[in-house]
Amino acid sequence: MLDFPLWKKLSLWATTLAASLLALPSLFNVAGLDWPASLPNPQVNLGLDLAGGSHLLLEAKAGDVRAQRLTNMEETVRQLMRNAKPRIRIGDVSTAGGELSFMLESAADIDRARGLIEPTMQGQTTVREWELKVVDGQRMVLSQTDAGVNQAIDDAMDSATEVVRRRIDELGTREPTIIRQGDTRIVVQVPGLQDPEALKNLLGQTAQLEFKLVDLNALPSNVQAGIAPAGSEIFPFAPGTPEQGSFIAVRRLGGIRGDNLTGAQAGVDPQSNQSVVNIAFDAQGGAKFAKLTTENVGKPFAIILDGQVLSAPNINEPIQGGRAQISGSFTPESSNQLAIALRSGALPVPLAIVEERTVGPDLGADSIRKGLLAMGIGSLAVIALMIATYGRFGVYATVALVFNVLMLLGLMAAGGFTLTLPGIAGFVITIGAAVDANVLINERIREERARGRKVIAAVETGYKEASRAIWDANLTNVISGVALFAFGSGPVKGFAVVLIIGIMTSVFTGVTLTRMFVAGWLRKARPNDINI
Amino acid sequence: MKLLKLVPDNTNIKFLKLRVPFFVLSLVLIIGSWAAVAVNGLNFGVDFAGGQEVRMTFQQRQTAPIASLRELVGGLGYGDPVVQEFGAPNQVSIRVALPEGVEDQSGAADAIGDKVIATIKAEYPDARRDGNDTVSGKVAGEFRDQAILALLAAMAAVSLYIWIRFEWQFGVGAMFALVHDVSVTVGLFALTQMEFSLQIVAAILAIIGYSLNDTIVVYDRIRENLKKYRKMPMGELLDLSVNETLARTVMTSLTLFIALIPLLIFGPPSLFGMVAAITVGLFIGTYSSVYMAGPLLIWMGVTSNSFVPTESAVDRQEKIARGEV
Repeated sequence: MLDFPLWKKLSLWATTLAASLLALPSLFNVAGLDWPASLPNPQVNLGLDLAGGSHLLLEAKAGDVRAQRLTNMEETVRQLMRNAKPRIRIGDVSTAGGELSFMLESAADIDRARGLIEPTMQGQTTVREWELKVVDGQRMVLSQTDAGVNQAIDDAMDSATEVVRRRIDELGTREPTIIRQGDTRIVVQVPGLQDPEALKNLLGQTAQLEFKLVDLNALPSNVQAGIAPAGSEIFPFAPGTPEQGSFIAVRRLGGIRGDNLTGAQAGVDPQSNQSVVNIAFDAQGGAKFAKLTTENVGKPFAIILDGQVLSAPNINEPIQGGRAQISGSFTPESSNQLAIALRSGALPVPLAIVEERTVGPDLGADSIRKGLLAMGIGSLAVIALMIATYGRFGVYATVALVFNVLMLLGLMAAGGFTLTLPGIAGFVITIGAAVDANVLINERIREERARGRKVIAAVETGYKEASRAIWDANLTNVISGVALFAFGSGPVKGFAVVLIIGIMTSVFTGVTLTRMFVAGWLRKARPNDINI
Repeated sequence: MKLLKLVPDNTNIKFLKLRVPFFVLSLVLIIGSWAAVAVNGLNFGVDFAGGQEVRMTFQQRQTAPIASLRELVGGLGYGDPVVQEFGAPNQVSIRVALPEGVEDQSGAADAIGDKVIATIKAEYPDARRDGNDTVSGKVAGEFRDQAILALLAAMAAVSLYIWIRFEWQFGVGAMFALVHDVSVTVGLFALTQMEFSLQIVAAILAIIGYSLNDTIVVYDRIRENLKKYRKMPMGELLDLSVNETLARTVMTSLTLFIALIPLLIFGPPSLFGMVAAITVGLFIGTYSSVYMAGPLLIWMGVTSNSFVPTESAVDRQEKIARGEV
């Protein structure tokens, strides 16, 4: 029990010192000193509540994905029927109730139509994404399967995560964390962010850019009342534009989408001196754009972003070469944001911010300072009490406590765990609770001595009998720590991490390390009595 | 050097004599806590209530103009705001509910936060924005569900552990002590209307772990003594066990307490609620380990035979082994 061969002593010291050394870079940093750059530098991560920054939880709505799929399917079906030879005429198209349904003008076309649509119902995977049924011989109804929708959400979220990452990288913030969470959510954490507004504006944009011809035949009064002429649809002007609050009718077909963009740059129009965004298309997109503008010189077309009209300029001349300019009451910041959003691609599905936590950097630094102060005073008080109560054994417990704090910090740094504000409370609890094991042991030794056992036997029994309760107590603590970790988010998770690692290190230092100290002293001093 | 002894050797306090009054007191506390929750409700923070919370410091003032802020922000038309001191007297947190449907519109919640800040800054130019939180109603609902789930899961898991390591009576005793600790802590929050947030739930979970430490140490000693003193009456044995471990119980509670006090006084203001909850829970947990966990064992009929297989059980095991059953 009190036997410590050399190899055991060496390995215990090696473990303790190695884990404690890992804490050094973090300590240097907290003290405001420079850690030599030539040495490895695993510092403990500071949570956003300590470092300042923004935490955002973005969520896509499954309903949006369903609606999007339905629109895409409608477009696909229209195209298939139009391109069929001979053309299949359809009518009474409806997307009500989450289903796409339409009538064939001639019932004789039903098998041909089915043959064309069926191949599109199966995705790349083995999942059956749509169900097709025929009603009354002439009406076809396409409904979405749950498996298909789930597949689509999954794909959309994967690419949305990628788009979000590209956009944030473009902002040039350091070390952002972007993680997909659950089925429809993305967590974004950006430490030390100076301008959370820019970030949120950027993430709020889907950046779906469209160019559509303005319907000049629409009656203005009807348009403002929201009634679109056949073949047209109505869009509002974007906030901030001079026409804000009014609506415009555009032709449903014949426009082009910004899918083929190869670049977008914020710039200034030399003539008007206004902020604009210069865009460039690839060959395919450039050709489409040239065709659209050539055929419609003199007519206005609307530039639509995420369903809102930025501007509706006249086409003065055909735009060749795949380069164009988007104007629309931009500020330099907003034009830059739009450029970033366009460069990083469109979000496949709109994301709403469902949780946001922003902490100013001053507050974080203040929290660390106050937390350290409290920790220092608390440690001194605990140490004083331990030494006053247990004398030499209290000193051993104190040394173990110091190593415990160092090891805890070191392991957190090495493991890449994050120190949060509640984590500081976790540190203080660990300091208060770490000596728990020593109290149990020392009280037991006291008891055994009082019962008349000899020194060595008393110490041995003390360690042996106390270890059972120590083990049970710490295991139950770990259980509640795990519950905390499982349910917690962000800062609370940080608290759980400190508790769990702190329990492990405190058992090691409080039981094993002090036993080595005590054994070494007993062997050397061979006391007849101990003051405990 | 004379060492400090907080609990004199051979203390012999008759804890068990008062078990009925204390048990009644505990029951009253539990029921009172739930009544307080039912009547007052909990002052949910933005985590659990949802909404937009803005935190500000008034740099030129000793105390924040809370009444005036309430009026100012209330006039914006988002219903009655929750304005409360947050840490220091010159720091406040202001929470407004989000109107229906705002969550679906990107940026709308921010616009509300910005408007609140702008309104306050117009009136009090020294106000500094320290941060803001937005939590949608749906996410807040999820946080509530998860918190309840975590508390129940932790209580069930540790009770199960005790049951496996000891006997079922000990598991029930521990569970009861935990229900007591958690109820009283939550009840205190209902009574004082201090903000109840995710941090507080974390504090309660920490209490569950810590309060159980005490209970386990007492239980471990009871088990040991049950084997050692086969003839001792149960009441006497419980008193002996609690007294024997009393020095340890007092000492560990005290070390944690003196570590927490500086955090209460000098620590970051935003941790105050959490640390206060842990401090209160520490005392409640210690009390319940001494006065509830032990006496419950008597009422559930734990005796010195509980850890020794009875004669008939041994016979039965042997019969099973011989294939006679």
